Amino acid sequence: MVERSPVLNMVCHAILIAGALTVCVPLYFAFVAGSLTVAEVQKVPLPWLPGSQFLDNLQLAWAKGNFSRTFLNSVVVALGITAGKIAVSLLSAFAITYFRFRYRMLAFWLIFMSLMLPIEVRIVPTFEAVANAALPLQWLLETSHVADLWRWISGHEVAIALEWNMVNTYPGLILPLIASATATFLFRQFFLTIPDELCEAARLDGASPLHFFWSILLPLSVPNMVALAIILFLFGWNQYLWPLLFTTDKDMATAVIALKGLIPRSDSEPAWNIAMSGALLTMLPPVLVVLLLQRWFIKGLVDSSK
Amino acid sequence: MTLRLSIPWRDARAPVLQRKHGSAGSKAVPAAAAGSARASGRAARRDQEAGLKRANFGEGPGLPTLLLLPQLLILLFFFFIPSLRALMQSVLLSDPFGNNVQFVWFDNFKSLLASSDYRQSIAVTFWFTVMQNVLTLGSALVLAFATDRIVRGRSAYRTIILLPYAIAPAIAGILWAFLFNPAVGPLAQVLHGFGISWDPNLNPNDALILVTLAASWKHICYDYIFLVVGLLAVPVSLMEAAAVDGAGPIRRFVSIALPMLGPTIFFLTVMNFIYGFFETFAIIDAVTKGGPAGATNILVYKVFVDGFVNLDLGSSAAQSVLLMSFALICTLLQFRYFDRKVNYGV
Repeated sequence: MVERSPVLNMVCHAILIAGALTVCVPLYFAFVAGSLTVAEVQKVPLPWLPGSQFLDNLQLAWAKGNFSRTFLNSVVVALGITAGKIAVSLLSAFAITYFRFRYRMLAFWLIFMSLMLPIEVRIVPTFEAVANAALPLQWLLETSHVADLWRWISGHEVAIALEWNMVNTYPGLILPLIASATATFLFRQFFLTIPDELCEAARLDGASPLHFFWSILLPLSVPNMVALAIILFLFGWNQYLWPLLFTTDKDMATAVIALKGLIPRSDSEPAWNIAMSGALLTMLPPVLVVLLLQRWFIKGLVDSSK
Repeated sequence: MTLRLSIPWRDARAPVLQRKHGSAGSKAVPAAAAGSARASGRAARRDQEAGLKRANFGEGPGLPTLLLLPQLLILLFFFFIPSLRALMQSVLLSDPFGNNVQFVWFDNFKSLLASSDYRQSIAVTFWFTVMQNVLTLGSALVLAFATDRIVRGRSAYRTIILLPYAIAPAIAGILWAFLFNPAVGPLAQVLHGFGISWDPNLNPNDALILVTLAASWKHICYDYIFLVVGLLAVPVSLMEAAAVDGAGPIRRFVSIALPMLGPTIFFLTVMNFIYGFFETFAIIDAVTKGGPAGATNILVYKVFVDGFVNLDLGSSAAQSVLLMSFALICTLLQFRYFDRKVNYGV
């Protein structure tokens, strides 16, 4: 603050209040609509004050959206993505920053190439890949002529058909979303800032690389891990396209996908009150995370995008 | 094929490489150490570019391979193989059941670029992302400027403005679809009250405006937090010097803070484009399903519809490849930005 200018400060507060209102208006009306009966929600104009049905609607939405099951799925998928990505990224970042080996740069570039190519652009082939994850192995067998070799050796005709279908499974929902390198790069950048003396001291004391990783690197990385975990949890919880494609079974759907089933279409009863209650329920866990862990969340957001 | 084979093949040869490399490594380490002992900034940067710690475990490929294996396997199965398949399919023509496959060179791309649907989709995506970008970045800049000026209540404002980041794009879409629902939505009623015939289910422009609003509402918080953090890094001494020279708050923001935020703004523009191109899929699917009359049929949505609904795999793959090239360009641009950031420390 260089100078005092009460007028400008007033204007700034007005701007920020307008911004906060813009954020809150959709949420407020979701709350209002979620507290009305079906008949009330269709009234024109919509009441601007909440009604009395809020808890009833929540219960109804919970039952209609199969949320007791889909929330569990969402939690499993979001935590799976979070834990999986952090574990995998920590290990690979450790490998490319702390070891000197021949194809280090090749590994680095392979990982770098996958950076920022979102799953949406390769959706069809990824779906095929996960619908039958054994497909590449099958090709490998075909091109390497294992079957021919076997026939030549034993005289038997063999047909090798591999199938590993991951549709409607947790691994199928989790693994493709781990396949990106953003977290690896975050940890790589962080490891590069760690003083060299730590590693030298550990080596002098005779620590093995894994011991160094476990007792020094990992504890130092905790703040980064927490920050990243929040971002990844939000990312996992809010996934849409992949669960939409990948869960044909209603019991494997995530909460966001189940919510989609609650939106009234033109040919159904316009039960916007239930849809809005469902929307509030579904957004509650990530909103709580952002509110309660805000400092970490900001750190994670800013760090993980660099 | 060779690419997929390359990693196990290298593993098999690992012991040889290890021995050969062990000696090279031990020679290279003192050299690098001498470089940084000279304490020249350039040597330090070279170390960083190589991305290897000066104090490293200069061991052979055994352990690092093991550590890299999970990441590389996941990338192989869910990134490289699918991407290669997209490349392959984009030059093949197959019927929906996959019985008859033909190699057609670039016919898929040609027919794609010739089709009016695809051109419309490009135009829609362009307008959608540009409008979204301007709206998002503009509002975020104004809000960040205001946040930087005030002291009281700053964290409360920030908390509220950051809230949409937690909300799934699909839910953001549903909230706005309700607000502007022509039958029951309160804001649609306000518009009707002004005599505007608003109906995103029938009017293409209304639909595009609706998804743009929802997409921007969800994304302003992202740009905002980066700008707020960036503004904190602007040196106070510069601002004070400008104030002594008689520059007012707005002049200082425009002439000092904004240029210093240049890299951040560039980065955010790229990120906004990526968001608009790819992550808004959920908003489109939950709100308009690409309609009416293809008015909100953005490129990513078209890839999905052609691949999974129309089962036109060749065309869908060709679209994927075009989108991938676009995303790759964005990545490279961003990497440039990152380089600059490292050099100038802004």
